Amino acid sequence: MKINWFTVIAQVINFLILVWLLKKFLYKPILNAVNTREKKITDELKDADAQKASAQQEKDDFKKKNTDFDTHKKNLMAAAVADAATQKEQLITAAKTQANELRTTMEKAAQEDQKNENAARAHDNQDQVFAMTRKALTAIASVSLEEHAANSFIQRLKSATEEEKKQMQDAFQSKEHVLLVRSAFALAEEQQASIKNVVKGVLNVEKTMEFKTDPQLVSGIELSTSGYKLGWNFSEYINALEEHTAEISKEKLKLQLEKKAVISN
Amino acid sequence: MELSPDQTIFWQYGFITINLTLVTTWGIMLFLISSSVVVTRKLKTGLQISRWQCFVEMIVTGINDQIKEVGLNKPQEYIGFIGTLFLFIGVSNVCIIFPGYTPPTASLSTTAALALCVFLAVPFYGISKTGILGYLKSYLQPTWIMLPFNLISEVSRTLALAVRLFGNIMSGGMIVAILLSISPFIFPVIMNALGLLTGTVQAYIFSILATVYIAAAVQNTKNKKKPKILNTN
Repeated sequence: MKINWFTVIAQVINFLILVWLLKKFLYKPILNAVNTREKKITDELKDADAQKASAQQEKDDFKKKNTDFDTHKKNLMAAAVADAATQKEQLITAAKTQANELRTTMEKAAQEDQKNENAARAHDNQDQVFAMTRKALTAIASVSLEEHAANSFIQRLKSATEEEKKQMQDAFQSKEHVLLVRSAFALAEEQQASIKNVVKGVLNVEKTMEFKTDPQLVSGIELSTSGYKLGWNFSEYINALEEHTAEISKEKLKLQLEKKAVISN
Repeated sequence: MELSPDQTIFWQYGFITINLTLVTTWGIMLFLISSSVVVTRKLKTGLQISRWQCFVEMIVTGINDQIKEVGLNKPQEYIGFIGTLFLFIGVSNVCIIFPGYTPPTASLSTTAALALCVFLAVPFYGISKTGILGYLKSYLQPTWIMLPFNLISEVSRTLALAVRLFGNIMSGGMIVAILLSISPFIFPVIMNALGLLTGTVQAYIFSILATVYIAAAVQNTKNKKKPKILNTN
């Protein structure tokens, strides 16, 4: 058991060579690899932390945006509901106004229609009554209605009271020299002469008389001068009938309009 | 019975002798270097690495951490020397598992050479860190009277390193050889297994003591601090 100094020196050299080679081929590459990996992991962890922070920030931002969006949505919805309610009120008011205007227009139109209808009906009635009366008088008395009307007019002049005569005399003794006699039909020469005589006798006036035909009088005669009029015709009776008929139509129209108003509301 | 592989001589020319110690050492060197080249040829820096790279990384980072724990703050400067000590002694000792193998560490010449390397490395690192005067002053600590004792300590600890390793490994081989002659079954296997443990522990002790000595030299001259003292008994 002794030391071989050549071996010692050789082992020292061997060991130093081994140190150099292992340093080159083992320690350096391995430690570099480990350090690189550690750096990589550290960087990745840092990156992950940064990403996590960024994700958290984005999450917070998203939550805030979501909250803002919800609030904005609620506000918009409330505004839209309020607008809709206002518009609804406006539309209802406009519709009511339109309905009222339409009702007024319809009332006016109906009244106009009624008026026209009444006028037409009155005219028809006058014609009918006139025709019926003439037919009836012709059948009963064997004289024409026109004759009867002229006679009735003459009788009325004759049966006038003193007061009436005074009024007529005052009226007819005006500056005008023409007395106008209107009748619904053309008077015969004899009737015109009778009327002239009666007027002259009863009223004691000497005036030129003018005879005119006016179908509106409906079988009657009318004596007129400025400011006074004396007559007899069917129009008075027919006007009474017309007024009565108009009153009935007015009541009917009123009922119809009330019904429509209830339905539209 | 040969006590040392130095006695097995393959070739000799005067002072130059090629014995079993040198041949085994070259074989271990070849194995270590070729393994390192093969493993580090395709090193990966990602998270997915090969099992061999993982194994080698575990060893290297383990040595690195041990050096750091002893007190050397920049272990990458010392791992070349200390790591090679550990790997060479460890591999030499672990290979006793192969029949007929005699570790080079069973040769006093090898252990003396390794101890001589440590003996030279201590002042080398000490001087490289603080300069020659700073290092020489450490021999006068705590007082100049301690100079002879410090010098004796330097020599004796180097001698202790060499003899401790040689004694342990040589005795292990001797015990196995004796047991083989007495009881050829079972017991030699147990002693061989025990030899694996002893060899690894001795590699650890040798390298850690070298680390402590270097750390003591570096820190004595740098920070006036004493490193951790390990009980090696």
